[in-house]
Amino acid sequence: MTIKEKEQSVMEEFSLFDDWMDKYAYLIELGKELPVIDEKYKDNQHLISGCQSRVWLHAGLEEDKVVFTADSDAVITKGIVSLLIRVLSGHRPDEILDTDMEFLEKIGLKEHLSPTRANGLISMVKQIQLYAKAFQIKLNQ
Amino acid sequence: MPFSVEKIRADFPVLNQKVHGKPLVYLDNAATTQKPVQVINRLSDYYRNENSNVHRGVHLLSQKATEDYEQARTAIANYINAAESKEIIFTRGTTESVNLLATVLEEWVQPGDVILVSAMEHHSNLVPWQQLCRRRSAELKIIPVDSKGILDLEFLKKSLNPQVKLVAVNHISNVLGTINPVKEIVGLAHDAGVPVLIDGAQALAHTKVDVQEIGADFYAFSGHKVYAPMGIGVLYGRQTWMRRLPPYQYGGEMIDRVSFDEVTFNELPYKYEAGTPNVGGVLALETALQYVQKLGIEQIRKHEDLLLEKATNQLLQVEGMKIIGKAPDKTAVLSFLVDGVHPYDLGTLLDQMGVAVRTGYHCAEPLIKQMGLSGTVRASFALYNSEEEVDVFTDAVKKAVNMLR
Repeated sequence: MTIKEKEQSVMEEFSLFDDWMDKYAYLIELGKELPVIDEKYKDNQHLISGCQSRVWLHAGLEEDKVVFTADSDAVITKGIVSLLIRVLSGHRPDEILDTDMEFLEKIGLKEHLSPTRANGLISMVKQIQLYAKAFQIKLNQ
Repeated sequence: MPFSVEKIRADFPVLNQKVHGKPLVYLDNAATTQKPVQVINRLSDYYRNENSNVHRGVHLLSQKATEDYEQARTAIANYINAAESKEIIFTRGTTESVNLLATVLEEWVQPGDVILVSAMEHHSNLVPWQQLCRRRSAELKIIPVDSKGILDLEFLKKSLNPQVKLVAVNHISNVLGTINPVKEIVGLAHDAGVPVLIDGAQALAHTKVDVQEIGADFYAFSGHKVYAPMGIGVLYGRQTWMRRLPPYQYGGEMIDRVSFDEVTFNELPYKYEAGTPNVGGVLALETALQYVQKLGIEQIRKHEDLLLEKATNQLLQVEGMKIIGKAPDKTAVLSFLVDGVHPYDLGTLLDQMGVAVRTGYHCAEPLIKQMGLSGTVRASFALYNSEEEVDVFTDAVKKAVNMLR
């Protein structure tokens, strides 16, 4: 699936929820489910510090695809983290860099990406883009 | 006048709205309080009818603004029972008040001296002193707080000696709700010849403040935490101190005479009010304090204590509930944690249910970390909060915890 197709499928899933409780219950479920990062990467080097919740992010290159794994200490943040990973992981750096993350707005979670939330998510998105950029340079060498 | 929450709420337009489709339950009052129409109107009337610069105009409008401005200073001085209105210095807020003091006390603090602050200070009453100590090679000593949220007065007693140049503590903790025995603290410090600053940011809205009774040398507070607009605050400073200390900023009303080579400075309080002051803010602060006075601070306190007790009891029904801050003298602030539930998650779900609380460190990171926590959820009450809102809040907490577990 392309990033666009994955975004589409996330949006379709979320369109099933008519009220916020179902939506957040689903996010919490996603957050509880995912063992998304190797414990050894949950260190300061991979920590993206938000003042409210913390996010750990690891990126690796498999052939020409970037593979992200991540975690958060807050379960709702972790749910959103898992959505980001699901959409962006396993794609080429240029594809990742072309993505605007608009799907989060469409599923009504844009406020979680606001810098004032200080939950680490916006920094995580920036970090994802930095990794993609770095891998892009590496691949072009 | 009987205390009617319903009537009071009609004075606060902002409360009458929905967030995420639910009626707003505003419980972030320790961060900032909402403003009654009386305050909003005072501010808007000033700009509609009176706006002009104070202290220098010969024209009528300026004279009227100056009169009102100085009259407000007197009213605010009376409200906190300052001996003289010149002891009221207008600032942007508590943070600026503390920074002003930490700047002008520079020479007062010599290498090897000590400044005592409590472990429950807001960053605004910690970092200015930490930085002053750094600049002056002085030592910052921390008065410990026990697990209940009570200040260790024995430590304070033992630590007081001639090397100590200031004790700076808050009147009410913004995290724990603890009401500190400020009068006793001042008494102890004064017995050792040490001046005291009280950070009253959280106090004005919840308790009577009488600076002469407390005996503090300095007392700082913000307007916006007591129903006045943002951007106006007060530093009360005893004139015996403020007359001796150097100016803070230069220019405008703080100048007496000036040539290209020399300058003499104006008298108190103008010496500390460089530049055009926030006249509208001062007038609206006066109105806000009148509003509180009319309802009666004892009545307000009684109402808020009732809300605090009800909320505490109802929260304790939740399994794994931990109340942070159990001082017997406590008001209006309810910090808590639930086992296995991250504060951010809880805050996010409460927001979805229309309940505005704060989560995180509450600008008191060292205190929270010392308690072995990475944050709390904080509900804080004001005079317009109702018992029904407490029910909505505690039901929302129960619902959120069920979702998160």
